[in-house]
Amino acid sequence: MSAIKALARWSKAPARDVDTASGPWVNIVRGLAARATTPLLPDDYLSLLNPLWSARELRGEIVAVRRETEDTATVFIRPGWGFAGDYQPGQYVGIGLRVNGRWHWRSYSLTSVPEQDGEQISITVKATPEGFLSTHLVNGVEPGTVIRLAAPKGDFALPDPPPPALLFISAGSGITPIMGMLRSLRAREQHPDIVHVHSAPSADAVIFHDELRELEGKQDGYRLHLQLTDSAGHVDFAQFDTVVPDWRERSAWACGPAAMLDDVENLWKEHGLDSELHMERFTIAATDKGGEGGTVTFAISDKQVEIDGATTLLEAGEQVGIQMPFGCRMGICQTCVLPLDGGNVRDIRSGDEHGAGDRIQTCISTASGDCTINI
Amino acid sequence: MAITDIKAYAHLTDEDIDALAAELDAIRAEVEESRGERDARYIRRTIQLQRALAAGGRIALFASSSRLARIAGTAMLASAKIIENMELGHNVIHGQWDWMNDPEIHSTEWEWDTACPSAQWKHSHNFVHHKYTNVVGLDSDVGYGIMRVTRDEPWEPWMIGNPVYNLLLGTLFEWGVALHHIETEKIRNKEKTWAQAMKDLRVMGKKMGRQAGKDYLVYPALAGTNWKSTLKCNVVANLIRNYWAYMVIFCGHFPDGAEKFTVEEFENETRGEWYLRQMLGSANFNAGPVMAFMSGNLCYQIEHHLFPDLPSNRYAEMSVRVRELCEKYDLPYTTGPLARQYWQSFWTILKLALPDRFLRARPDNAPETNSERRFAETVPLAETNGDASGRRRGLRTAIRQRMTTAA
Repeated sequence: MSAIKALARWSKAPARDVDTASGPWVNIVRGLAARATTPLLPDDYLSLLNPLWSARELRGEIVAVRRETEDTATVFIRPGWGFAGDYQPGQYVGIGLRVNGRWHWRSYSLTSVPEQDGEQISITVKATPEGFLSTHLVNGVEPGTVIRLAAPKGDFALPDPPPPALLFISAGSGITPIMGMLRSLRAREQHPDIVHVHSAPSADAVIFHDELRELEGKQDGYRLHLQLTDSAGHVDFAQFDTVVPDWRERSAWACGPAAMLDDVENLWKEHGLDSELHMERFTIAATDKGGEGGTVTFAISDKQVEIDGATTLLEAGEQVGIQMPFGCRMGICQTCVLPLDGGNVRDIRSGDEHGAGDRIQTCISTASGDCTINI
Repeated sequence: MAITDIKAYAHLTDEDIDALAAELDAIRAEVEESRGERDARYIRRTIQLQRALAAGGRIALFASSSRLARIAGTAMLASAKIIENMELGHNVIHGQWDWMNDPEIHSTEWEWDTACPSAQWKHSHNFVHHKYTNVVGLDSDVGYGIMRVTRDEPWEPWMIGNPVYNLLLGTLFEWGVALHHIETEKIRNKEKTWAQAMKDLRVMGKKMGRQAGKDYLVYPALAGTNWKSTLKCNVVANLIRNYWAYMVIFCGHFPDGAEKFTVEEFENETRGEWYLRQMLGSANFNAGPVMAFMSGNLCYQIEHHLFPDLPSNRYAEMSVRVRELCEKYDLPYTTGPLARQYWQSFWTILKLALPDRFLRARPDNAPETNSERRFAETVPLAETNGDASGRRRGLRTAIRQRMTTAA
């Protein structure tokens, strides 16, 4: 028995790092074939025939792009090998898109229903003026384009079964994870009592407007409060009782602009109800971008240090006692390269900024605002 | 005794060197800014070509009972290995394609098709060799710890075997490159412990096993009755790759004119002088587009050493600019036909097998190494500059003058 186990382990060894959605036997085959393709995986050859035939890096193909409002669109994606469809509603997926030779990474909330929709997934994207990738996704991406995916994740995920009474608070494109939840509830035929407070500038700008109205009409227990802010102003959370009298008894899920989330957070904290509040912040306030220095967080080592714009991230890590990989210390050997999980860093030599998802040379990079490195 | 004062040797002032560095930085910035889809397409196509050749070669060798399949298969496999090692592996691991942000074509992820694990290569090559280039005593690629390639190193009896070590290294290049990481010299000097070496060996052994297993067990076994010819062809393909890689690399640093430096020089170096050391310590060879591609663009070794992390497909255009700078500052730009460059390297290795008393040239003024003292008895720097024509008269002119006087 242990001999068989050892054999299976040996067979799988070259494919150890490959995530597979279809059971361990796939990696036995993959690992055995890799004895002939080493140091590559069979995927590296197969993906030349069909770009989706690779589980080394999760990939997907854009199937269709459907416009939702003037500046938003839903992108339908067919994932390739190795993508697990059993994400939770409310989670987000990392999308990598190649523009002019470079891959750009951003995360977007899934608006599709897990393990349904013909194995497709969808995200809904709002083109923001500063959002280079979002503009490209909304206005320029062709069906058939192959993209990179990162496995779905996020704590803003609705449990199954859901709490009996829910409160959704969303604004603008913050509706996207909420929509993922609403659609999943409907697909699972679960009907908890839901109050949904959604804000948008005008009726035209409401993403999923018709679908929300339809839900309101057809689904038991779903009540929609649509706040059109151009005419009615923002939701006044000081007077929230008038909008949702029983908000204290509900499990609250909020997603939207930072200002709104801050108001929501304060209100729930005031009443000591923060454990009932779940929030999703799309972006950490990028106020520091372009600034010099900042607080560096080393995610795995769980350490933090504040540095100025002249201290490198490598030095910062060493200051707090982390065994940072290093080599030449002058930016030529690539030994010190680490993934940037969040925030921005600046290349001291060229002044170039790198954002989350990039891999950076710590010996020639410094913090540009707060940032998180994965070590 | 190798170059200690690189400024004096190069006949340049501090201001000259700063200006030269600024011009090289400008080349770097220009290339960095113009990287885009064209370059990305180049590396993707190269990868496609390499994998198609590898797959085609393997498939052809399943039929290796046929002479045609044998020749075609071996040629395809050898080319695939060469392209993988030179244009892909070496360059990707240098981070030349990291700007694309593609996790599959990235210095942190690429594992190349050779015995040496990428992580160890990054240390021994990207760091040690590229930082300490040609500094005798710091750069272990000066003779790889198994050969005497400059008379700056005192002769020891074992060095009589120089030509033999050279032949063995060329033949077993892939394994030599891997074992090089053990840094036997550092162990001898007690700068590295045996325990560290054993750890390195374990990692290396695993990869070596996989590499050898693939070529000498798996594919012959898959070829069935053709196992013997498949095995032979795999050996030949590996040999072709080994000799070619060895030749390209030897032509990069061992021909005449690729200078050596002292530790003292390195310790007092400015950034501009670092650039200058890379320029004077490396050598190119003439190549057309195909040979350039097959050498991983290392026929542009000078450009590679100046900008090790810029995309290799740009070295050709950079070489024009670097050559212009050499012209401007009257610096030598060492290059020549492959055969001549190799012959010079080989002749140095042959000669230096002998003790110094058999050698004619002094280490201040030898084909493979020079020092600023070479110019001690000639006209001082100040008087050589700014002649009537206004053209700078620097190192290159000084070398030519000495040659004519010597003749």
